Amino acid sequence: MSAYVTKSPWVVHYDGSSCNGCDIEVLACLTPMYDVERFGIINCGNPKHADVFLVTGSVNEQNKGIVKQIYEQMPEPKVVVAIGICACSGGIFKDCYNVLGGVDQVIPVDAYVPGCAARPEAIIDAVVKGLGVLQAKREAMLNKVEKVEEVEEVVEDAVEEPAEEVAEEVKSEGGEE
Amino acid sequence: MSERVFVEQNFETVDLSQLIAKVGDMKAGGYRLGQICGVVLDDDTYEIIYTFDKGHQLYNLRLDIKIGEEVESITGIYWPAFIYENEIHDLFGVQFNHSALDYQGKFFKISEETPWKPKK
Amino acid sequence: MGKRTIIPFGPQHPVLPEPIHLDLVLEDETVVEAIPSIGYIHRGLEKLCEIKDFNQMVYVVERICGICSFGHGWGAVASMEGAMGVQVPERAEYLRTILHELGRVHSHLLWLGLLADGFGFESLFNHCWRIRETVLDLFEKNTGGRVVFSICKVGGMRKDISNENLKEMQEVMNGLKAEIKEVTDVFINDASVKNRMTGVGVLTKEEAEELCAVGPMARASGVPQDIRMTDNHGVYGKLGFEPVLEEAGDCMARTVVRIREVFQSIDLISKAIDQIPDGPVDMKVPNKIEGEYITRMEQPRGEAFYYVKGGGTKFLKRMRVRTPTNMNIPAMVKTLAGADLADVPMLVLTIDPCISCTER
Repeated sequence: MSAYVTKSPWVVHYDGSSCNGCDIEVLACLTPMYDVERFGIINCGNPKHADVFLVTGSVNEQNKGIVKQIYEQMPEPKVVVAIGICACSGGIFKDCYNVLGGVDQVIPVDAYVPGCAARPEAIIDAVVKGLGVLQAKREAMLNKVEKVEEVEEVVEDAVEEPAEEVAEEVKSEGGEE
Repeated sequence: MSERVFVEQNFETVDLSQLIAKVGDMKAGGYRLGQICGVVLDDDTYEIIYTFDKGHQLYNLRLDIKIGEEVESITGIYWPAFIYENEIHDLFGVQFNHSALDYQGKFFKISEETPWKPKK
Repeated sequence: MGKRTIIPFGPQHPVLPEPIHLDLVLEDETVVEAIPSIGYIHRGLEKLCEIKDFNQMVYVVERICGICSFGHGWGAVASMEGAMGVQVPERAEYLRTILHELGRVHSHLLWLGLLADGFGFESLFNHCWRIRETVLDLFEKNTGGRVVFSICKVGGMRKDISNENLKEMQEVMNGLKAEIKEVTDVFINDASVKNRMTGVGVLTKEEAEELCAVGPMARASGVPQDIRMTDNHGVYGKLGFEPVLEEAGDCMARTVVRIREVFQSIDLISKAIDQIPDGPVDMKVPNKIEGEYITRMEQPRGEAFYYVKGGGTKFLKRMRVRTPTNMNIPAMVKTLAGADLADVPMLVLTIDPCISCTER
């Protein structure tokens, strides 16, 4: 049963304070040109159905709680992908008074996709990389690995070098306790 | 090369006591509310610009107020003005009286109160 | 009076790509009142003009919204050029008009897709977005970006688009017409679509004027309100622009206005490419801004205001953008009252809300 979760991961998408640019690219991934459904990926509106959390845009005082709530509602194991430079670090809006910064200020992030706006190819690549992390987290859960360091090791092994043609960065943030 | 046609910039300065009468005149004249914009002039003065449009011609009313002064709401005349008045209230800290739809500072929920207000 | 219930709608909702929150006051299944609350994606980017000079502000303003990004960039530079009193080369104005109309085609196709998704017609959504990719490919080929281009700058364009590329663009867009027609005919003729949209959320001409609605929302109610009719917006005056008007004011009319605008935009692009003169696309401009200037742009969603106030340095004292959704929220709230709960997503979608625009 453990093998199947990465064959059909469901994603939930939340727009932090993005400009829409990354959101429409996330949606573009679902449409015939890029077609992520070939990886079994389905976009769903309910966080309790989801395995992968796609966040676009930075976090602020107002949506901090919502992002956290969606994250907490998702079942374990789960993976968070920060899409676009705003979700990674705050980007061009970093200095704005109402922007806290990247999504990792609030929840742990497993994959970062830079770019303004992030390209669909990069988003797909990051989600597929995230699946490796998902699998590792799942294995760690099943093997009841108790020590956090071991989980981290497994997760790090799962993240390969990023593909060269797509400028993207994948960082692992370690497993959940 | 053709000459560029610039948008006519019609500005009229009004003061607080005239505002409601002036805005009422605009409404009676068939103008549509374009926008309301707050500008920080200096440490203790704001400028509020009311823009109206009729047949694609712009007409602006300019209102200068001291920080802390209260302004009469125009939502009784132009109901859609509530969006701008609440926005200016939340960002600049200008109090609008007798508003038809007052969010009491809950329109924009932001981490910093009245971020545009000059810090003394 | 029946029992009243308040149902929260949003911020995370399947039909909303962006967060807006509505408190819907219901009596049984009918909405009595809708109270919008926003602020989820307020960034406060207008205040960045204090630390970014006017050339950098163009990039910031472009990122108000990823859908009408080009239009916002153009609006910002047009207001700054207005304050400086400069006239950019004619070829640059033509290129801007072409890219702006191309942006409108992409935005309307995107919206038609979201609408189809909103009433549960998923294959139609996919077809709209499939066609839209062709437009994005043209953008990518000619500007380098799919969503945000940063090709507009104060004084003209950052780079020229060659005449061969323009010719190709003309051919591709004219060829796309048949494909778009195939899809849009479904919106107009399909019985299930008609059922969902005809007579739903009617906004009369008087209400549209009273509530100061803008863009396709106003034009669907018969208000001839389009900034492209004025002669200080791009080269529309030379292209013989006539606004698209519908009378019914319901969801169907708003959809038909946008569908007709897609074809109109393709014609405008074609005409502009036939007429475009050769010449430079860039000029030298002063490196400081004095005075103030208000200008308007017709974005895909309606009229947008740009106000700049310079302080005689390269930093602006104030950069203000008023976006179309801002002005359409009162009209949306009005049409929501009296609607069925199941129609709420449709009504919210047909104003084509752009929340990141509204909150900046």
